[in-house]
Amino acid sequence: MAASTERETDMGSVNAGVSARRAVSSAPPLALRILAECPVSKARACDLTLPHCTVNTPVFMPVGTQGTMKGITSDQLEDLGCQICLGNTYHLGMRPGPEIMEKAKGLHNFMNWKNNLLTDSGGFQMVSLVALSEVTEEGVRFQSPYDGKEILLSPEQSIAIQNSLGSDIMMQLDDVVSSTITGPRVEEAMKRSIRWLDRCIAANKNPDRQNLFAIIQGGLNAELRKACLEEMTKREVPGFAIGGLSGGEAKDDFWKMVTLSTDYLPRAKPRYLMGVGYAVELVVCVALGCDMFDCVFPTRTARFGSALVPWGSLQLKKKQFAKDFQPIDPDCHCPTCKRHSRAYIHALFKCDTAAMHHVTIHNIAYQLSLMRAVRASILEARFPEFVRTFMRRMYPSRETYPNWAVEALATVNITLD
Amino acid sequence: MRLELYRVLQQCRRGVLLDLGLSGEHSLELPGCLLYTRCGTVPHLTYHTLCTLKHLPAVTQITLDSLAEHQEVLEEFQEGVRRFAGLKDTLIFCSLHDSAAPNHTGYTTNKTVSVWGSGGRIELTVAQYMALQKAIRPNWYQSMADGETRQLNPTRKRVCKAVDRTLSHLDECLSLHLKTEELRGAEIFGVVEGADVLEERVRSARETAKRPVGGFVLDGFHTEAMSQELRSQLIMAVIKELPENKPRVLLGVGHPDEVLACVEDGIDLFEGFFPFQVTERGCALSFSYTLDPNPESTERNGREFEEIPEHRESETLGHQQKKTPFEINLKDRRYQDDFCPLVVGCGCYCCKNHQRAYLHHLLMTNELLAGVLLMVHNLEHYCGFFCSLRGALESGRLDALKKKVLQGRV
Ligand SMILES: [Zn+2]
Ligand SMILES: [Zn+2]
Repeated sequence: MAASTERETDMGSVNAGVSARRAVSSAPPLALRILAECPVSKARACDLTLPHCTVNTPVFMPVGTQGTMKGITSDQLEDLGCQICLGNTYHLGMRPGPEIMEKAKGLHNFMNWKNNLLTDSGGFQMVSLVALSEVTEEGVRFQSPYDGKEILLSPEQSIAIQNSLGSDIMMQLDDVVSSTITGPRVEEAMKRSIRWLDRCIAANKNPDRQNLFAIIQGGLNAELRKACLEEMTKREVPGFAIGGLSGGEAKDDFWKMVTLSTDYLPRAKPRYLMGVGYAVELVVCVALGCDMFDCVFPTRTARFGSALVPWGSLQLKKKQFAKDFQPIDPDCHCPTCKRHSRAYIHALFKCDTAAMHHVTIHNIAYQLSLMRAVRASILEARFPEFVRTFMRRMYPSRETYPNWAVEALATVNITLD
Repeated sequence: MRLELYRVLQQCRRGVLLDLGLSGEHSLELPGCLLYTRCGTVPHLTYHTLCTLKHLPAVTQITLDSLAEHQEVLEEFQEGVRRFAGLKDTLIFCSLHDSAAPNHTGYTTNKTVSVWGSGGRIELTVAQYMALQKAIRPNWYQSMADGETRQLNPTRKRVCKAVDRTLSHLDECLSLHLKTEELRGAEIFGVVEGADVLEERVRSARETAKRPVGGFVLDGFHTEAMSQELRSQLIMAVIKELPENKPRVLLGVGHPDEVLACVEDGIDLFEGFFPFQVTERGCALSFSYTLDPNPESTERNGREFEEIPEHRESETLGHQQKKTPFEINLKDRRYQDDFCPLVVGCGCYCCKNHQRAYLHHLLMTNELLAGVLLMVHNLEHYCGFFCSLRGALESGRLDALKKKVLQGRV
């Protein structure tokens, strides 16, 4: 109840703040307020108001696959300033399952998370994690890895599970094909994804409190992408995701599909680039006009002892850190860096899981503060300069800048020195 | 360090240790437990999650098992383990072995003991033992001891040798202690050995008490080593030999029923490994310990009984210690849709924010947060038990507490 009252207040203030210059899209339960657009590139800073709180974009969304952010409590995640995180429909649909989720009154309650949740459709995991899965017009048919039973995940089923999870943003079930595949299967998948979008929209029981995002497909084929964009943008959906990328395709193909998608997506709706989370990708794709990102990488790599820093990463399990008594990043304000040294975390990795928690906290803090810095630079109309500084810090020299990033940035008028 | 006793009933003592720490800023209520850590960290917890606990013990226990391998690092760091591990505002008690880790035998010699870190065995002479203490800089530490006789059926001769060795280690430790600037202000605790041989226990205690030690560590009384009856008999004989003004730490005993019995026998301090063991087997402490002034009112701490027996299969917990009657096994299917807190009325972070069904889910999916939340609850519950124990001693209601704690037992 509290959440819905809060939402009304938030929406009220958003609407009250409408000025002639500012574009507002308000298809409940979501409002996007564009605060600033970079005069040089396609970057933008927005306030995205969702049922549980307002999200400042560009935003990185940490992934809490099974209804938990690894070893981090929901309070710790909130303290880091996280306004939205992910849950995985496939995993949560299997365990604990929609029945328990209904009884728990949704995932927010179950995991005690007060801010927003985004859930994926489950399609991607099904195809990538389950060996025996088969896609038909009906849906994805697969064998449960837990009891061997055959299960059909249809668009309706996916939305039913996501309705039981109660996420603030749900994703449509899409027909996922590997981004390296070519030929008629890509077109079939794209067209099926459009049909499944319509079925998902029709199946949403809670359009008043759960947003459904469409996912743009079309592989690495510009014509198919455009066709998909044209069809999907005709639908009344509150937001769009760019899907089917970050699956091992060449970076040159990847960014071209991203920039093509943002060219055709409506300005007034949020754009979510799925599965992207390396720092340089985030910065470049913000320049290309994306607002939201998610990736398991920062939290997964943390558990292997890899700490993200503005100049790359530190492999804390390596012997070179055994006697390094500095914090991971002396300029970082996260709870880990305020209290612990590289040497201590190195030692702790040998005996306790808390070592992983320390690095997970730092890495989430890194991602979130990177995005806050990106946003501040857009709001202050100095984003191109931010990108240049970021690149200088991340790479030892101009020669080591990745080509694709240099080229992608050049297309949005950001030249690197 | 000054021990003040508020109330003594036969052997049983309720008191406080005052003027602890370099500037005397700390105190420790007795009886109490130590904060269990590995490598200076309470398992699974970060500073934030640890700070959600209300009754944190004032003394943190660290073991050479988890620290010996970091000696070189600590030596270079120069500021001791407290700062190295980011543990602010606590006292450090350093003991030899981790009571929650498997114990090894056959490696103790006349001159050395062995500890086991992540990289395997590390053998320590007294000189090395003291060099390690110098790098760690504890406030209290146990002297080097031959504790191998906790194994079943050592010969009388072996037990006698263990007592002799331990006394000679103590003398060497004491002499090196005085020469070590870094250990100024720290206290050595003498170790009482003697396995289950009454005469050797008494000899060990009597001889140790003659030395200038800050307190006593009673070793070899571990839960697996002997019955509570025998333990009580031996402890009482040992305590008769010990001065009243110094604290007595018991190693290897953590079950609430045993704690209650040993407090009656005159023990002041216990290790805190038990809540960790409970956590590792996916269980939550649930025994009742609150003495309500009004016996008619509903109990605040936990359900009195778990009416439905838990699944048999979930009772086999592999290499972990066996589940005790003081806990519930959250992996059991009956909790999958149980939306109660772990213990009704518990004020811990876990119980205030999460439900049994969520913990069940985290355990079934092997999620790291399960360990975090269970550790928070189990620590809070265990420390709450000690709080209640002290209250019961003050009001002369130990028997009522014993009844309360034991009634939930299967
Ligand atoms: Zn940090
Ligand atoms: Zn609790």
